[in-house]
Amino acid sequence: MSTAAKETGNENAMATVTGKLNTYLEAYGELAAERQERDPLWLRQLREDAWQRFHAKGFPTTHDEDWRFTNLAALAKTPFQRAAKGGVTVAAAQIAGFSVPGAGCRLVFVNGHFAPDLSEVCDLPDTLEICSLERAIAKAMEGSAPDGSESVGCAPDGIEQHLGRYADVRRDVFTALNTALWEDGAYLRVHRGAVIDQPIHLLYVSAGAEIMTHPRTLIVAEPTSHVAVIEDYVSIGGEAAFSNSVTELVAGQDAVVSHFLVERENLAAFNISTLRLELARGANVSSHSILLGGGLVRNNVHPVLAGEGAECLINGLFVGAGSQHLDNYMLVEHAQPQCSSRQFYNGILDDRARGVFHGRIVVHKDAQKTDAKQTNRNLLLSDNARLDTKPQLEIYADDVKCTHGATIGQIEEEQLFYLRSRGIEETSARNLLLYAFAAECLDRMADSPAREFVASLIGERLTELARNHQAAALAAPEELAQPAEETQNWEGLG
Amino acid sequence: MALLEIQDLHASVDGHEILKGVNLTINAGEVHSIMGPNGSGKSTLAAVLARRETYEVTGGRVLLDGKDLVEMKPEEAAREGVFLAFQYPVEIPGIGNAYFLRSALNAIRKQRGQDELDAMDFLPLYKERMKLLEMDDKLMNRSVNEGFSGGEKKRNEILQLAVLEPKLAILDETDSGLDIDALRIVARGVNAMRGPDRAFLVITHYQRLLDYITPDFVHVLVDGKIVRSGGPELALELEDTGYGSAEASVPAALRA
Repeated sequence: MSTAAKETGNENAMATVTGKLNTYLEAYGELAAERQERDPLWLRQLREDAWQRFHAKGFPTTHDEDWRFTNLAALAKTPFQRAAKGGVTVAAAQIAGFSVPGAGCRLVFVNGHFAPDLSEVCDLPDTLEICSLERAIAKAMEGSAPDGSESVGCAPDGIEQHLGRYADVRRDVFTALNTALWEDGAYLRVHRGAVIDQPIHLLYVSAGAEIMTHPRTLIVAEPTSHVAVIEDYVSIGGEAAFSNSVTELVAGQDAVVSHFLVERENLAAFNISTLRLELARGANVSSHSILLGGGLVRNNVHPVLAGEGAECLINGLFVGAGSQHLDNYMLVEHAQPQCSSRQFYNGILDDRARGVFHGRIVVHKDAQKTDAKQTNRNLLLSDNARLDTKPQLEIYADDVKCTHGATIGQIEEEQLFYLRSRGIEETSARNLLLYAFAAECLDRMADSPAREFVASLIGERLTELARNHQAAALAAPEELAQPAEETQNWEGLG
Repeated sequence: MALLEIQDLHASVDGHEILKGVNLTINAGEVHSIMGPNGSGKSTLAAVLARRETYEVTGGRVLLDGKDLVEMKPEEAAREGVFLAFQYPVEIPGIGNAYFLRSALNAIRKQRGQDELDAMDFLPLYKERMKLLEMDDKLMNRSVNEGFSGGEKKRNEILQLAVLEPKLAILDETDSGLDIDALRIVARGVNAMRGPDRAFLVITHYQRLLDYITPDFVHVLVDGKIVRSGGPELALELEDTGYGSAEASVPAALRA
């Protein structure tokens, strides 16, 4: 909220925010009518409950402790519209550059709608079910996909059991909004004991101005299965879109799952993503969040270690420049004994970019012998970049090991000089140092095509950053002191 | 033409003048040693020659092969053949030793008009030079200087020297903190690199290093100026009498 709104009191601020909910109300009205026939009752009830929740609360303001460092005024005042199905045609050539070498199946969604023509259903082992969530539900209702086609591997078993059971609409209004408004997304079920070698690529494409999408993903990894999933957000064109995704990932007993979130949308994009991880006994889940693009990004990662001996790695890298605002909100819940969680987030911020790392660890009463660690390291490349880091521990068990630490620093001149004194040119030297810092997050990933893919994306982004630095150094310094043209400001007290 | 020609060099850090008119000529093939008390400007001279930007040259000239060294950036000086073995080698987590050194070598080879070396071409050279410095192969893939002992760091500096083959190698108190075994290894590495096309500037506080690396010339730097120059015997004399005598022996007319 703006300072002015603050001064005139909450009531007024609230009115301002709810006043902009019209487009969401319209969208919900349209969808509710369509769904009357189409959706099962349990889903309609879930959505209605979620909608009521969102409608009552509206968008959070910076008075809300969880949103203290991220001002949503620009998001709230933009009249985003849902995209009509097939409203935008995207050619295969337009997304060719977004492919992941070595990936298995790829599901593509354009403005929130499944694009079967762009998707690649690979050689599907019968131990893997992957399809559009909408189709799976339609199939459950009618016994066939809505367009009559038999989509491969679309047994809808498990959807009702899992969908919406973990991501809590009462905790977070964006989860509520997503639950009310999602139109499609990916559904993935890996059968017991199945090992899927190639990563699954879920590509969410935004195209067009003021489009909102609410992708919903459900990943069910049955006991002792192995799978890696890349959830990848991209834009075509430079217009502002709003993506509000929710992913529920359920890891059964002793399942091993890697999840990659890649945010590489354009710099005008609003992206709010929520990843809710549910870990059964002995499950091992790694979440890797790679935030390189987007204008205003909020990355919520919420694992619940719900079975004894579960292990969770929460790994992330965020790289921001210009006026990007990258907010990471981690909530790690230890609910059962003998679990371990490791959070490592590295941030690189240049220009006027702003980063937030909010790391909350909750150890419930029964979660004895919890081993929880949190580390957040940040590199600020400019005097105007800013980072807020906020660790938070809530411990209700008495026999636990919890540590947290955060650092904020600059590129060390000593290191830079050392490299240059050996003949390495300044831009390359900076790039090397940045890359080394960023590579800490790669070191925490298992060797896989997914790792190679994000490594190359990170490399490109850092090269871009180093190049901008060099260009800035060559430009007249007094011009740089002035803020460049009109820029958006996501800061709390805009 | 001399390899390095320093004429009336003045340099400051944060507005404090440290070098107050240094004159020194070094020819290819020569080993010069600079000795002097703490704070006399030895490391400043090394830093200026390596083009460290926090050291401002306020007067005089430095020519490397006739080219103006003061105009060069650190990487340009390195590519023209200047190498500084750091007094305190820097740790760089996340960048592997071998990768780093190959990048450096390729930057320099490019300048010399030579082809870049790929990892396979580079490896034999790197291993051979590691052997010279009695370094463990395991250090190769570790991050630059990270977790190295003091002696390993200094040996790593000389290893880099041996791979990069500079025209002018500056050793900034490479002997400090070294035990006698490490000192011998370092000295052997340096001596192996001596040759008609290469010059050394060995900065040290103690005579001890010069027992192993015999210099052709010894200079005494006091308060930002070279107050005395001589042959290797000067180092021995200083060991006995200290730097006070060196300063006192400067003719009054030459003192500022």
